Amino acid sequence: MRGLHGIFAALLLLAVWQAVIWLAGPPHFILPSPARTATALWDNRALIGEHALITLWEVLLGLLIGTLLGIATAIHLALSPGARALLRPILVFSQAIPVFALAPVLTLWLGYGIVSKIAMAVLIIYFPVTSAFFDGLMTTPRGYLDLAQTMGAKNGSILRHLRIPHAIPSLGSGLKLAAVYAPIGAVIGEWVGSSNGLGYLMLLANGRAKIDLMFAAVLVLGALSMGLYLAVDAGINAYMRRREN
Amino acid sequence: MSQPVGITITGSARLGDTPLFAPVTLPIAAGGWTCLLGASGVGKSTLLRLIAGLETGVDFTGTVTADDAQPLQGRVAFMAQNSLLLPWATVLDNVAIGARLRGERPDRARAEELLARVGLADQAHKKPGALSGGQHQRVALARTLMEDRPVVLLDEPFSALDAQTRAGMQDLAHDLLQGRTVLLVTHDPAEAARLADHLFILTPQALTPVPVPPSPAPRPVDDPETLTAQGQLFRQLRGAA
Repeated sequence: MRGLHGIFAALLLLAVWQAVIWLAGPPHFILPSPARTATALWDNRALIGEHALITLWEVLLGLLIGTLLGIATAIHLALSPGARALLRPILVFSQAIPVFALAPVLTLWLGYGIVSKIAMAVLIIYFPVTSAFFDGLMTTPRGYLDLAQTMGAKNGSILRHLRIPHAIPSLGSGLKLAAVYAPIGAVIGEWVGSSNGLGYLMLLANGRAKIDLMFAAVLVLGALSMGLYLAVDAGINAYMRRREN
Repeated sequence: MSQPVGITITGSARLGDTPLFAPVTLPIAAGGWTCLLGASGVGKSTLLRLIAGLETGVDFTGTVTADDAQPLQGRVAFMAQNSLLLPWATVLDNVAIGARLRGERPDRARAEELLARVGLADQAHKKPGALSGGQHQRVALARTLMEDRPVVLLDEPFSALDAQTRAGMQDLAHDLLQGRTVLLVTHDPAEAARLADHLFILTPQALTPVPVPPSPAPRPVDDPETLTAQGQLFRQLRGAA
């Protein structure tokens, strides 16, 4: 049913796009028709595929590293009041700086290659993952902790057997957000300076007035982000179902 | 399990500037069931939590002492209205969680044996989500027994169950907790009348000892003396409100 709705929404979007072409008749270098975009996508499939693969790598590595860093930070924050007092303001402040503003600096420091894009993706997902998991770790039901106290539990064991398992659903929500944000980070990185990836391809196509190719790249990026989100969502949901059944 | 131990809690509690309960002395006899009956919010659970050494959020002036003058820490098990089962762990792992939390190796054979005693041997490898509310409390009881402590504090553990299941759980708990010092906090006069060896009513003004029916606990649900006692308790509770 959900899949059907998705297909319907895509068709509706396509119909609106086509309607605008018919009604307004913009020149194809302003807004290419769906058919023209499809042709560009097919004709440039190797080129687009090559760049999409690079973007996908950046996103996946960014997700992996960002998630691990986020998990480690959240656990540290949860365990140490000192770390909370020191790190939380820094974390919040870091969110006050738009990632866009950091992209040129990261490119300067880390170069034009894949590393600066991974760093962008990591930066953009680090906060949502850390904050979601941390919230989960700090909201362990009082009853569990009371029980643990009467049982003479050790802090490390409470973390391992109560607080972390209880926080897993929160981490899942953070990961779903991260799956949406990570491609944004990577593409911003590619816009600011790179010679590869879908973001680079968009700028290149735009500069050469190949708007149909640009649209094709945007569509592929959209599909890639959607696919990633759906995969993460399905994976987390399947895990959650299995965990309590 | 070591020898059962009696406990006395004496003192008063304030919540900020408001007194929660007046100075009280609650003796909990060794090896029997002491029931503390009272309306919600009167401080029954607070008394129980003070004995358990748990955070209460109140200012308590007084003492909690064991008859043998040894500290109570490590000698108390605790069971609440919420079964507090971990939804992600199997029933067996829930029963054995205490050892895990202490960083010890759980005795699975004993956990299985206790599950059998609460009648859930065939549910050991299911998750709590697959069990009913009554079964949850049976698992919680097995987990409490697994801790094998001389003192067991019960904070309304049967309140969320339907009447039939509740009576069954009361019998089971009474049977399995034999020989331990039990404090049962409840707002249910029927439960108090059935289970108490010693009975106290807590009101904001005072803690009053109340005689219990002469027959030994657990008394049958339809025992006339128990029903009369239940009625009198109910009247006393309403009079206090």
